[in-house]
Amino acid sequence: MTQFAEQVQAMAAIYPDRHSAVMPALRLAQEQHGWLPPEAFREVADALGVTPAYCQSIASFYDMFHLQPVGRHLVEVCTNVACALVGAQGVVEAFESELGVRAGETTEDGEITLRAVECLGGCGYATVVAVDHRYREPVRPEDVPGIVGELRGA
Amino acid sequence: MPELLVLADAADRDLTRLDEYRAVGGYAAMGRALQLEPAQVIEALTVANLRGRGGAGFPMGRKASLIDRGSPKPKYLVINADESEPGAFKDREIMARTPHRLLEGCLITAHAIGARQVFIYVRGEYLTEFEIMERALEDARACGLLGEVSIVLHRGAGAYICGEETALLDSLEGKRGQPRTRPPYPPVTGLYAAPTQINNVQTIATVPKIIELGAEEFAKIGVESSPGTAVFSLSGNVVRPGNYELPLGTPLRELIYDVGGGVPGGRALKGIIPGGSSVPILTPDQLDTPLDYDSIAAAGSFFGSAAVMVIDDRCCMVQLALRVEKFYMHESCGKCTPCREGTRWLVQLLQKIEDGRGEQDDLDLVIDVCERILGKSLCALGDFAVYPVASYIDKYRDEFQAHIDGGGCPFGGESSVEGIFAPSDQHAHHKTVEMPG
Repeated sequence: MTQFAEQVQAMAAIYPDRHSAVMPALRLAQEQHGWLPPEAFREVADALGVTPAYCQSIASFYDMFHLQPVGRHLVEVCTNVACALVGAQGVVEAFESELGVRAGETTEDGEITLRAVECLGGCGYATVVAVDHRYREPVRPEDVPGIVGELRGA
Repeated sequence: MPELLVLADAADRDLTRLDEYRAVGGYAAMGRALQLEPAQVIEALTVANLRGRGGAGFPMGRKASLIDRGSPKPKYLVINADESEPGAFKDREIMARTPHRLLEGCLITAHAIGARQVFIYVRGEYLTEFEIMERALEDARACGLLGEVSIVLHRGAGAYICGEETALLDSLEGKRGQPRTRPPYPPVTGLYAAPTQINNVQTIATVPKIIELGAEEFAKIGVESSPGTAVFSLSGNVVRPGNYELPLGTPLRELIYDVGGGVPGGRALKGIIPGGSSVPILTPDQLDTPLDYDSIAAAGSFFGSAAVMVIDDRCCMVQLALRVEKFYMHESCGKCTPCREGTRWLVQLLQKIEDGRGEQDDLDLVIDVCERILGKSLCALGDFAVYPVASYIDKYRDEFQAHIDGGGCPFGGESSVEGIFAPSDQHAHHKTVEMPG
């Protein structure tokens, strides 16, 4: 058994039904590949005894699974109502101009992906930006060059 | 009478630490509850009249009494920590600051319903909070506090619909998170087709205090029809946004002005969304509405998840409606037609009106589409997609009319939410990759 399959089976063991481990297994595969290429679905499918198509149908449903390659760093700006009311669009535009890409795109060097995302649950500390899944709050347009510089240097 | 229940002592102490939580009496309520018969615990929850803090306000004691105890299958307790309603950020704070209170509430409730297994479904984006819960759970386990109960922390992966309880169950079973048809209801056929109780984080985190204070004392806090406190998530155009735990029945005016410091920059208040983006909007003349389930319902809206969003006069209500609708379109799971097709249609119509291409019939059509979604979808997401839009038109109809009459947005590019980008707008320009083979 591959090391991946062993890890997935350990995940599955805590649930009454192994299917419950599909999402944790997809997350593990994504951590290893950076995104979810076709072979990731085969690996998860083999480890859990389901089909690759089933795994793909799950992955395509959830926003945090990447069906295309993403940058080494992920910058996610909330543009839902509470953030929008206090200037989230200015933060999106500051990242777009600093990175030279539009929201939804990855920089040419493959380093940073910029996304607009739905409510991150930090409405009282708007605008919320998740940098590699860690919240920065509040972020103002003037904070953006510093965040990008930090990622470029990392 | 204590002022704080769920967030009690969290301001002065690091309650993520087990020793600190025990120093303020943590897990003592569990000790007492375990000495009681399960039926006595349910009775206490019923007398306390604790209503579900996730949004629906269903009495928790009654929910627990519905569990099919005669079923030969295992009973499960599932905690809905998939907080994703725009405006809500209270469960995140509860997990980050008092994780043990949530765990203690789980253990008391598990005893009440005879569950040996608890699943806490944590929103995928809440990574930091998930890690705090992991450490707290490990500490509690190491101290033998779990007894014979196992608690599993399960991370979501980004889907608003998984906050809907049956979609959450499907997601937890490793499926796409789509709501189930009901009946049967979860207390009879829930997780893995076994009797299941599902509660919101705050509801469960309140349980230890009910045992500690006694149900009668607890019922004296707040108002008679909605006892206890709520952690209000205050956001938008307000001086001091944040989470504030207050007794139910606190007037909206007190939360926004006395606690929140009012609207900044001397701007005028235009509207208040009292329970998250899915609920009908309230207008400034309704500021004296008490924040409890029944009073807000009487005012024409919903208590929802106690997420209060304040909107000042710079906001174009057509743009706001459009942004809100793009969210519900993005999050519609696609299972049933009215919601899947209706949300998309509403976005197109609202975009047309905002762009100045709208005709009189389009406004009527928006109302018509709303009526065709309302009450006709499998779960409440369809209704949630309708309440905000229909209420904005109802309360700010002149502004929608001005877009049609004037052939464009009367704010002339000066609205506070002008040009706001939505995630659904970016799907068209993802970088594509050539698939091998």
